[in-house]
Amino acid sequence: MKRIFLCVVLALVSVSITSNAYPAVTVKVDGSSTVYPITEAVAEEFQGAEKGKTRVTVGISGTGGGFKKLCNGESDIADASRPIKPSEVELCKKKGIEYIELPVAYDGLAIMVNPKNNWVDHITVKELKKLWEPAAQGKIKKWNQIRPNWPNKEIHLFGAGVDSGTYDYFTEAIVGTEHASRGDYTSSEDDNVLVQGIATDVLALGFTGVAYYEHNKESLKLVPVDDGNVSNGRGPVLPTYENVTKSLYQPLSRPLFIYVNKKSSERPEVMRFVEFYLKNAAELTREVGYISLPDRAYDLALKRFADRRTGSIFGGHGSQVGVKIEELLQKK
Amino acid sequence: MSKQIRRLKERLIEGALLLSALFSIFITAGIIAVLFFETFEFFKEVSIIEFLTDTQWTPLFAEKHFGILPLFAGTLLTTLIAVIVAIPIGLTSAIYLSEYASDRVRTAVKPALEILAAIPTVVYGYFALLLVTPALQMIFPDLSGFNALSPGIVMGIMIIPIISSLSEDAMHAVPMGLREGAYALGSTRLQVATRVVVPAAFSGIAASFILGISRAVGETMIVAIAAGQQPRLTMNPFVPVETVTAYIVQVSLGDTPTGTIEYRTIFAVGISLFVVTFGLNMISYWLRKRFREEY
Repeated sequence: MKRIFLCVVLALVSVSITSNAYPAVTVKVDGSSTVYPITEAVAEEFQGAEKGKTRVTVGISGTGGGFKKLCNGESDIADASRPIKPSEVELCKKKGIEYIELPVAYDGLAIMVNPKNNWVDHITVKELKKLWEPAAQGKIKKWNQIRPNWPNKEIHLFGAGVDSGTYDYFTEAIVGTEHASRGDYTSSEDDNVLVQGIATDVLALGFTGVAYYEHNKESLKLVPVDDGNVSNGRGPVLPTYENVTKSLYQPLSRPLFIYVNKKSSERPEVMRFVEFYLKNAAELTREVGYISLPDRAYDLALKRFADRRTGSIFGGHGSQVGVKIEELLQKK
Repeated sequence: MSKQIRRLKERLIEGALLLSALFSIFITAGIIAVLFFETFEFFKEVSIIEFLTDTQWTPLFAEKHFGILPLFAGTLLTTLIAVIVAIPIGLTSAIYLSEYASDRVRTAVKPALEILAAIPTVVYGYFALLLVTPALQMIFPDLSGFNALSPGIVMGIMIIPIISSLSEDAMHAVPMGLREGAYALGSTRLQVATRVVVPAAFSGIAASFILGISRAVGETMIVAIAAGQQPRLTMNPFVPVETVTAYIVQVSLGDTPTGTIEYRTIFAVGISLFVVTFGLNMISYWLRKRFREEY
């Protein structure tokens, strides 16, 4: 009996020791898997600069999951690949959490096929809509249903899962309604799964953030997208740096954000991290394959953070198509 | 006085033992109760007929369909492939180990075979995705990166030790006298193995098959990693499918809000899976009792 008691005591002691073994200050970030590579790169540099004084943890539970954690006070910062939605604004309000919205980069959504696919040279937004809208479910199953001269073979679709901001943005931009698409495709919150799927399947077509294309160039083929609108670019456009920053790659380029819990931002380590983030984002976003904002936008964002200006510049309406971030930041 | 203390101690120990025995029963009952409760809520909103007959499964999307058939088709397909791989290999290796191998070989090979069972299934999953699928694509260029064939084969490899080990135990337990009788009548080794030992150990062998199948039906990690995540009513092993277990993983990893119909789907799906594996285990139990040969 005594021995059992001793064991229990020992176990309790060891648990309390190990939980004290972590550094005392931690910045918790969670959210979009699209923003993850940027935040992770910043976190690495930041931890190096802090010489181990501060730890930054970065999760990938999707934009929706990230907001949920932020609004529950479980994280300090949410990574988001779209602006906050009304339901999430409501949730934060209920829990009394205020947040500061800061744009950190641009992203283009890449439409990709397998490199062995020799029939797709470009795709129009109309065709993408026909392929992905809810009405296509169980009906549009073959390539030649999209364009008659494409082969009479099954089409295997790969796309972001319903919890990701990428999904919300894609559906808003292509289908026209946020969160509405067909359901019979391979969906995953993990972009690497999608890359793997497209890279190994000749009949595949899918979408991810352009950064995931940049890192897997040899095993994927990028498809130029034609928005059918002559005023912003002519014909099919690729999501290159120039096209995205000049708003020519429409409607599939979008800004990415971090949302900082206002109360957390009073903590020195969070403050240092966010400032470090905005000062180094331009370089690091390019490094991980995203498209940096104009320098002016980062300055405006820094000012916004210094002023602790809360709320969303998008009015809390979720995804919006075709926005220029510096214009929005300047307005307020 | 000391007698009283001792009696009290006895009672305390007895109570503690009873409590720990009841503990696992309570847990099981609790799990089943939660499953039933959430499933009941689910079927308030979705008719059970739709659940069992609709051929599409898209509860997370705009146009919601709640037909479990595509998920069960995925499970059935991967399990079938696994069984086709595992039963011949498992049974023949069991026959070899029990009837042909010398004691020294047997004591070395049997534990080695059982090591297969010690490999974490997530390792099997990546093995299927990154090694077996690319290899199969050299033979079948039409094979998708995610498909039922490769995880099916790997799952088959995973359940070989279940089948071989349990079947071998059953065969080994067949009394020597039966074999000796058959030899005395001039049987060859093969005849003894296939006509005497296997029929005599049938109940154990069949039970091992069922256990292997039940393991394959419930297997999660391999199919979640390598089979894809697209519910599809098909028996084509070359295209991405989603199994019952992979769907549960997909939903529970995301952040589907609790209390919604999307969230309840995993309980409805979970209980269907539970019914199937429970049924299989009952069959295995019944087989063992019904066809047991007593010597």
